[in-house]
Amino acid sequence: MAIKKFAVACYDDEDVLFPAVKKVRNSGYKLHDVYTPFPVHGLDQALGLKETDLHVAGFIYGLTGTSTALGFMSWIFTKDWPVNFGGKPHLSLPAFIPITFELTVLFAAVGMVLTFCYINQIMPGVKKHVFHPRQTDDYFVVAIELNDHTSEVEVIDFLKSTGALETSVQIAEDSWWYGRFDKDEPYQQLA
Amino acid sequence: MHLKYESFVREPLVDGDKTYRQVTEDIVSPIEKKPGRMWYIGFYFSICLLAFGAFSVFWEVYYGIGVWGINRTIGWGWDITNFVWWVGIGHAGTLISAILLLFRQGWRTGVNRAAEAMTIFAVMCAGQFPIFHMGRVWDGFFVLPYPNTRGPLWPNFNSALLWDVFAISTYFTVSLLFWYSGLIPDFATIRDRAKTKLRKRLYGLASFGWTGTAKNWQRHEALSLVLAGLSTPLVLSVHTIVSFDFATSVIPGWHTTIFPPYFVAGAIFSGFAMVQTLLILVRKILHLEEYVTLGHIEAMNKVIVLTGSIVGVAYLTELFMAWYSGVQYEQAAFQWRIMGPYWWSYWAMMTCNVVSPQFFWIKKLRRNVPFTFIMSIVVNIGMWFERFVIIVTSLYRDYIPGSWAYYSPTWPEVGFYLGTFGLFFTCFFLFAKYFPVIAIAEIKFVLKTSGENYKKKMEVIETKSTEEFVHEQMHAHH
Repeated sequence: MAIKKFAVACYDDEDVLFPAVKKVRNSGYKLHDVYTPFPVHGLDQALGLKETDLHVAGFIYGLTGTSTALGFMSWIFTKDWPVNFGGKPHLSLPAFIPITFELTVLFAAVGMVLTFCYINQIMPGVKKHVFHPRQTDDYFVVAIELNDHTSEVEVIDFLKSTGALETSVQIAEDSWWYGRFDKDEPYQQLA
Repeated sequence: MHLKYESFVREPLVDGDKTYRQVTEDIVSPIEKKPGRMWYIGFYFSICLLAFGAFSVFWEVYYGIGVWGINRTIGWGWDITNFVWWVGIGHAGTLISAILLLFRQGWRTGVNRAAEAMTIFAVMCAGQFPIFHMGRVWDGFFVLPYPNTRGPLWPNFNSALLWDVFAISTYFTVSLLFWYSGLIPDFATIRDRAKTKLRKRLYGLASFGWTGTAKNWQRHEALSLVLAGLSTPLVLSVHTIVSFDFATSVIPGWHTTIFPPYFVAGAIFSGFAMVQTLLILVRKILHLEEYVTLGHIEAMNKVIVLTGSIVGVAYLTELFMAWYSGVQYEQAAFQWRIMGPYWWSYWAMMTCNVVSPQFFWIKKLRRNVPFTFIMSIVVNIGMWFERFVIIVTSLYRDYIPGSWAYYSPTWPEVGFYLGTFGLFFTCFFLFAKYFPVIAIAEIKFVLKTSGENYKKKMEVIETKSTEEFVHEQMHAHH
């Protein structure tokens, strides 16, 4: 939730992007993030990102669904209001399978999607700074955070040397806020 | 550099030497332009159908189920036929998105977005029938297990009809989530290109603020994979549960264990046919033939001939089992299907479902667009008759001859069905106008291995020696 200065570089070829990312990481500058229009395989490893644990969360939500369904139906048909359905046993587990399975899938899917939105900090009404309008089109955008000790010119020259097609320096909010994409952001952008 | 190598014997998935920019341009520009005359005509026609359907439904709710043609003997007619028909159609979308993802079939990227949209709209249409066939629709919430002051009184969890409630609701929710999570990055693409304030605002809302960081994509891929893994057994279970609506009964022609696999295969069969119908129109009108190629159409026709053959084998199995079992009720049910008062529906079903898909063994016909289009409609007509045959020709003459009756639909039933077409196509026209009909990010992801221009570069790798290739890979970015 802070306004920072960024040096931004745009690439249009993965073969140029990967060596560039490597150089940025070795250079000691603070790499803010890399924005791509589609998932680029190998980029997470190149950036040193940890594997995601989202599937573990999904599994736990699924288990919750299974236990809720089985527990609830078993309680209803054995304790709360047992009914004689054509002589079938009260704890008719085979008959409980379809609903148990459906609720497992439902809880897992809904839980995972909500968790996904929460950890990525996305939801309707969220606004984030878009460094370049083509970062969702065909550009791979690398953003480096600048502070008082770094020289803008130095960083921009360095980025150009890695093969960037376009570079710029921007002042922007570094995380999300509630806002609209049709309104201007409440600070300026330097070229 | 992608380590994925795809032989150039395989057809390109994207024709036309596209760049990433062109992909965006091709798919997003129809959304940015004003709709053509055809769109308006189709959209307003669908609205009219929907209005007529709404009126038919109102008539039935106000005056009661008696305005329909169903009676004591034939308790389920067009209502449940249409329900199963629409649900079956919906299954193809999930299969394309989920099962083909798990099978690593790159060609799904051209068709999955539109197919999933079809699923969601089809399930919406399907859901209308169980709701409105209740008669006392205002008490519809009784099927849900909610705490109440009548005991509390709970629904019967042993009943296939209740399993259906859970299955269809779950299926709709999960399909919607899967479809929408794939749409988020594509909405961001449209948002960042938008020129008007309204579009920036609305697509900005729809995109949830997506920016496409590496971590976002990593999690997005994990999410898609798990949702696909969940949706696969889900789609199989949902139509199995729908088949249980019949199989768990004791009616001759219904009480058979072949129903679950038979229904699932039939659903995939009719679903793929509907995808063909829709995509042949969409690719022509929106000029997307380079993304939904003849290769895609051929692949889907192969699935149609496979599932159509399974359905054909199921029909023959039913006939065999009726004879082999020696059960006179089962034998009578099938004799009447072939030769009795509803023989016309049985033979329509057999011709459309068993005979017609066999043409797709011929490669030339598999790659012929007009033939595929006509065939896809024939298949859907055949599958409608299949559900009609299963439901009506088993109910109208069961155990007691004194109860035998006949069923024909009345205008509110026909109107209701037409209304669901109205609902489906209204939604689909809106989808085709305002949403990206092809998964933009996914196409870009496969472009560098399966695009036409990139396949030519594979020749370089083909001619290299193994040592050279390995050496190069070792010194690449990792």
